[in-house]
Amino acid sequence: MIVPGLQFFRHLRLIKSAGLSFVAALAPAAFTTAAAAESAPEPIKIGVYASLTGKEAVWGQSAEKATRLAVDDVNAAGGVLGRPLHAIIEDNQSKPGESVTAVRKLISRDKVVAILGEASSGRSLEAAPICQQARIPMISGGSNPKVTQVGNFIFRTHFIDPFQGTVMSRFAREKLGAKRLALLTEVTNAYAVGLAKYFSADAAAHQTPIVIEQKYSAGERDFKAQLTAIKAAQVDAIFVPGYYTEAGLIVAQARELGLNLPVLGGDGWEGPQLLAIGGPALRDTYYCNNFSSESDVPETRRFIERYQTRFQSMPGGTAADAYDAVLMLTDAIKRAGSTESEKIRTALATTRGLRGVGGPLNVDANRDQLKPAYILGYNSGDYHLVQVIQP
Amino acid sequence: MSEFLQQLLNGLSLGAIYALIALGYTMVYGVLRFINFAHSDVFMVGAFIGYYLGKLVPEGTLWGGLLVLSGAMIGCALLGMFIERVVYRPLRHGPTLNVLITAIGVSLLLEYTGQIVFGAAPRTFPQIFPTANYHVGSLTISSNQVFVIGVAILLMIALQLIVFKTKIGTAMRAVSLNPKAAQLVGVNNNVVISFTFGLGSALAAAGGILYAMNYPSIDPLMGVMPGLKAFVAAILGGIGNIPGAALGGLLLGTVETFIGGSQFSTYKDAIAFAILIVILLFKPAGLLGKFTIEKV
Repeated sequence: MIVPGLQFFRHLRLIKSAGLSFVAALAPAAFTTAAAAESAPEPIKIGVYASLTGKEAVWGQSAEKATRLAVDDVNAAGGVLGRPLHAIIEDNQSKPGESVTAVRKLISRDKVVAILGEASSGRSLEAAPICQQARIPMISGGSNPKVTQVGNFIFRTHFIDPFQGTVMSRFAREKLGAKRLALLTEVTNAYAVGLAKYFSADAAAHQTPIVIEQKYSAGERDFKAQLTAIKAAQVDAIFVPGYYTEAGLIVAQARELGLNLPVLGGDGWEGPQLLAIGGPALRDTYYCNNFSSESDVPETRRFIERYQTRFQSMPGGTAADAYDAVLMLTDAIKRAGSTESEKIRTALATTRGLRGVGGPLNVDANRDQLKPAYILGYNSGDYHLVQVIQP
Repeated sequence: MSEFLQQLLNGLSLGAIYALIALGYTMVYGVLRFINFAHSDVFMVGAFIGYYLGKLVPEGTLWGGLLVLSGAMIGCALLGMFIERVVYRPLRHGPTLNVLITAIGVSLLLEYTGQIVFGAAPRTFPQIFPTANYHVGSLTISSNQVFVIGVAILLMIALQLIVFKTKIGTAMRAVSLNPKAAQLVGVNNNVVISFTFGLGSALAAAGGILYAMNYPSIDPLMGVMPGLKAFVAAILGGIGNIPGAALGGLLLGTVETFIGGSQFSTYKDAIAFAILIVILLFKPAGLLGKFTIEKV
């Protein structure tokens, strides 16, 4: 209803300027149909929700940039099915609950053909049931396995936490020679709880037990109580499966308490704030990511170069995921030959060997991805690639 | 044993910050009998003033740090007095509930103006003071912790001197006791109330800087939790009572830290608040508060 109305007013204005306003009042419908035939093809609308502001704003903002880059790339190459892509981006303020509102709006008001987002598993888990119910395909950048378990319309570009947890536990055991481990988990975060679970399971299976598990909640800033308890437990390494905002504070406070142990994290650690808060205290810390700026994959190199020239900043894993989500979707729409959500869904489920900027994209039976993990370690001011682990 | 001492030290440095914020709540309550909910956001503004001033002075120098600290204190004192003059004074003779609701409004106004002006993303607070770690036996003491406790103690002593040894302090106590009678003997209530807001807000700014030094990630909503805790600390110690607020802050910080380091860490806020309820059941006026019977 809204769209023809708007077009009507636009034509009304054009006609007025020609001094023929009375005609419009007589036959608006005829003008609308005539104009639609000669104008450009209608764009394919895709909805994106991201944390553009708030605690994890860094992820949302880089995802937004990468999405725009990807959409412009697709459109420069002629669009999809002869129609341009149009991304509508909504902010969830990094807050719980907001993603639901954003996604509902994108589906019901903007009538998007698919939903892309987001890096946080917790917020992806909020949006996924809405998309599943509306039967609109969603491509998340989250790593918690529960995201794709919501239903057959939910896909992802990221590897999953069981893989990531195993990779980090193995790294602690084999590369760092750790025998006794500590966990410091953000209990209010689905991602962190899941990752902690898979890490502990692998550690326990290989006789490197978790001797102490401490907890914290999102937004906390004082971790000295938990860290002092960890210090007393005499461990060899600490695993912190949280987000970058807290990880920097945790490492800095651990060093202040004289706790000079290796500290390990997952892909949630990625963010410039980690370096800004942690600084040199980050020596001997490692985290696992789906992306490394030092990767030598040609697609990745080209992506980094183009992202840098356009935005004057370094893309991270969330940017690569956002770019790949657009890539996966356009590939699926092309193969489906339609923008019908059922057909896109079927095409997405058969994505094989697509060369993404963050590694190969292959959708498996659980709608998950098998991608290599990059372990990054802090060295003189920045994180550098230490090891690549293939799935 | 060393773990116990380390936790005690962690708790005291956290509690010292709560105490500084609690003092502002308690002073305003003592004089005006209402809870200034915007106080925790003045604390946030203090941290942000520190953030911007910190970029102007060289990092990690004592004089630069003190300059930032006093700049933020002066800035927030002015802000506190401005809020009182513009928002609370016109409502002073209305019911207390109106002022209370207005205070919540001012609090939200500051938080969301902060989100527009400073942005919602957290920022990294610069290291404004030189830092070092000292080892005493198995105990590790960071210069930040020492500094927080030291500054808090100094400010509390200064406050005690102002309230009990100066003319304006005597006037504050007079207004607190009976505003009408104070006016009759020649106290200018407006000046005293302005001064109280200024003093309380300056302490909140100091708390904000100390908090940001220890936990160098600041955002416009950073005041909410510490503000709530400090409010509880003020009640715990006996609202309106200055040494009580300091005691309440230290107690709350210590209890929270000890629970945080135990296996019940998830419940630390719940347990801290449960303790508050228990204490208030047995001492309804708080630890150091005097229970006064309202005469009709």
